Amino acid sequence: MDKSQNIRIRVDEVNFFYGPRQILNRISLDIFNQCVTAIIGPSGCGKSTLIRLFNRMNELVPHSRLEGKIILDGEDINSSLRNVVDIRKLVGMVFQKPNPFPKSIYENVAYGLEVNGVKDKLFIEEKVTDSLKKAALWDEVKDRLEESALRLSGGQQQRLCIARCLAVEPEVILFDEPCASLDPISTKKIEELCWELKKDYTIVIVTHNLQQAARIADYTAFLYLGELIEFGETDKLFTVPQNKKTEEYLTGKFG
Amino acid sequence: MNLHAKETWYRRLFAVTAFSTLIFLAGIIVTLFHGAWPLFREVNVIDFLAGRAWYPTHTPPEWGILPLIAGTMTVTAGAMLISVPLGVGSALYLYEIAGKEKHFIKPLIEILAGIPSVVYGFFGMAVAAPFIRNFLDLPVGLCAFTASLILGIMAVPFICSLTEDALRMVPKSFREASLALGASRWQTLVKVIVPAAGSGISTAVILGMSRIIGETMTVLMISGGAAVIPKSIFSPVRPMTSTIAAEMGEAAMGSLHYHALFGIGLVLFLMTLLLNITAEFISRRFRLKLGLTQ
Amino acid sequence: MNTKMIIEKIGFALLVLCILITLFFLGSILYFLSIRGFPALSWEFLTSFPRSGMTKGGIAPAIVGTFYLTVGAMMVSLPLGLACAVYLCEYSPKGVWVNLIRLSINNLAGVPSVVFGLFGMSVFVKFFDFGISILAGSLTLGILALPGIISAVQEALIAVPYSFREASYALGGTQWTTIRKVVLPAAMPGILTGVILSIGRIAGETAPILFTAATFYSRFYPKSLFSETMALPYHIYALMTEGTHPREQTVIAYGAALVLLLLVLFISALAIYLRQKQRSIHG
Repeated sequence: MDKSQNIRIRVDEVNFFYGPRQILNRISLDIFNQCVTAIIGPSGCGKSTLIRLFNRMNELVPHSRLEGKIILDGEDINSSLRNVVDIRKLVGMVFQKPNPFPKSIYENVAYGLEVNGVKDKLFIEEKVTDSLKKAALWDEVKDRLEESALRLSGGQQQRLCIARCLAVEPEVILFDEPCASLDPISTKKIEELCWELKKDYTIVIVTHNLQQAARIADYTAFLYLGELIEFGETDKLFTVPQNKKTEEYLTGKFG
Repeated sequence: MNLHAKETWYRRLFAVTAFSTLIFLAGIIVTLFHGAWPLFREVNVIDFLAGRAWYPTHTPPEWGILPLIAGTMTVTAGAMLISVPLGVGSALYLYEIAGKEKHFIKPLIEILAGIPSVVYGFFGMAVAAPFIRNFLDLPVGLCAFTASLILGIMAVPFICSLTEDALRMVPKSFREASLALGASRWQTLVKVIVPAAGSGISTAVILGMSRIIGETMTVLMISGGAAVIPKSIFSPVRPMTSTIAAEMGEAAMGSLHYHALFGIGLVLFLMTLLLNITAEFISRRFRLKLGLTQ
Repeated sequence: MNTKMIIEKIGFALLVLCILITLFFLGSILYFLSIRGFPALSWEFLTSFPRSGMTKGGIAPAIVGTFYLTVGAMMVSLPLGLACAVYLCEYSPKGVWVNLIRLSINNLAGVPSVVFGLFGMSVFVKFFDFGISILAGSLTLGILALPGIISAVQEALIAVPYSFREASYALGGTQWTTIRKVVLPAAMPGILTGVILSIGRIAGETAPILFTAATFYSRFYPKSLFSETMALPYHIYALMTEGTHPREQTVIAYGAALVLLLLVLFISALAIYLRQKQRSIHG
């Protein structure tokens, strides 16, 4: 299969700065359609910063500056013709810590639809059910949709956040260390979910858990001190790393 | 004296000073009740609160403070109409829109908060009242409307800074989650941040109201001083605080008039106490709701 | 541009309007008081007594009186407030009493200033028989300032990292030495800012001194703690509402209001400056 047909996001020579500090250094990388791409590396290497460029969340940080291009479906996402709100609808995000709103479970999932102008109550209801099912949370919450989302357990909250994200019908989903604050059982559920979701979505996941990357990712990128050290199919990167740094990291010499 | 005993002694000393605040509050309550007591032996509480005539120097005198309560309410309602939108709006501006200019605007708002109430009163009397009288072609400029306007401006910085504190307590993650779903900044503000800070903002509004009710010098100077139930917001009124301030000087010590003024003080105190306790209660629930403890 | 963005533009414009209106009011107060008050100011105005039935002369005794009252109030509220805050932050065992104390501080902060006046009059003027005097006024103002000072000091104490205290205990410091040598010095800039802000507030308070300290006119500077005194904020009020020459008195009142405003603004600007300097040090 011709891979270049299948590129969803192309990162082209990206430099990124917070004030005078350079966080990302000349990163180029392709994210393929309907694949899970993992980004690994020690803390502070710029993993989260990188994926936050894909939905322009880094704009929220004052004094930040981007050089280079992020191309989504052939168009620069930072081009003045594109609206940040549309990008974020297309590229969903699940955060490190579950962050449901202090609203009911139902309202949480419906929120994305409402802010995007959906008025049809019946459609919203269908979409909420559907998203909760896809996020494998439906059975646990179907009888308590009006309860506050803050009363769910951490793992449930994270799956609710995934459902909330799915309801907007994104095509790409960014996971920013989604299991960092979860227990092993919840982690397993989320991983299974990623596996399931990649049939319909393009997934980018940041993780500092190497096993997790090995288990769920088709492609893996290794970032170190803001530079992309190695990028390739997960099997190859984990078994025969090309770069000495990658090998050292995978074998636990640093990190 | 050994070290341990010395430590204990310090602890006790500090405890005593901390208790002094309790004693002062108790002292205020006792003083007000004690001062008002002789009045309530002669005048029924209901007649006092609901009586429509306040003629302390007539013979026979009448001790109804309903006109004074009505004055306070009119002025307070008007002031809230000005200060709540401006205060909350300014806080939202500082939270969501202001960039570098915040370092310049926040001190200015603090300056507005620091202007003494007598200066506001003076401004109202010397500048605002004549202007409003000419502009709206009123018989008098010193009226409930002018008092509301000036009180409203006074309360803006207070409500603004408490609202801003409440907004800042909302976790950043809510904002990120909402924006990541494709909500605009305005939608995020209105649908997520403000509801999450809702009870904190209501605390700010209630405390602002308590402030306005208790404000003395401004209303004393601007509200016009007529102890009758106002017919419109352009009527002169005599709120409770200004009645106490204006008449205490004339009331003979120990006269019924003197005790009646303490009675007004007591009613005023209880009103603000109720508001403050409500605010305290809501603000505790607010912290719990956001999972904050203190 | 879609509707969502248009609504956002309108919403933001409304918020900008709010802040502009607020600043407009601030601007007009400063403008009118400066323009009309400035001509009245002179060295003589600041240093001389009122003359010719309040229509001429200066405001010196009012300035001096306000100075005495403010210093007196601070002498009451500073030690009490400092100690109370230290107790609540550093010593306080949790419990019913401490909660009650916190509750009473919060409510004391909300008591209308004229009620403080009633309290001061019945307790200090009448019961302790200090009469209408600087002493009674200072005590009343001091109690009024207390909750503000306590919360400012508490805020400063909470900002001191817990690790400082641990370090001191680990070196064998007792609680009191830790507070005195480590916590208070570290909190000092914050405390100072809070205290200066309270001074500004107290200097401008009027209602509490109406029946406890203030007099409309006096031919002398106050002689002792038991003398009644003129005070700047009360002087402004009295010029506008009493006396027989409203027109001439208003001119003097403009000057007095400008002086009070400048005094208070100078004090709060000092506090704001100190705080920003402190923030830039601590990042």
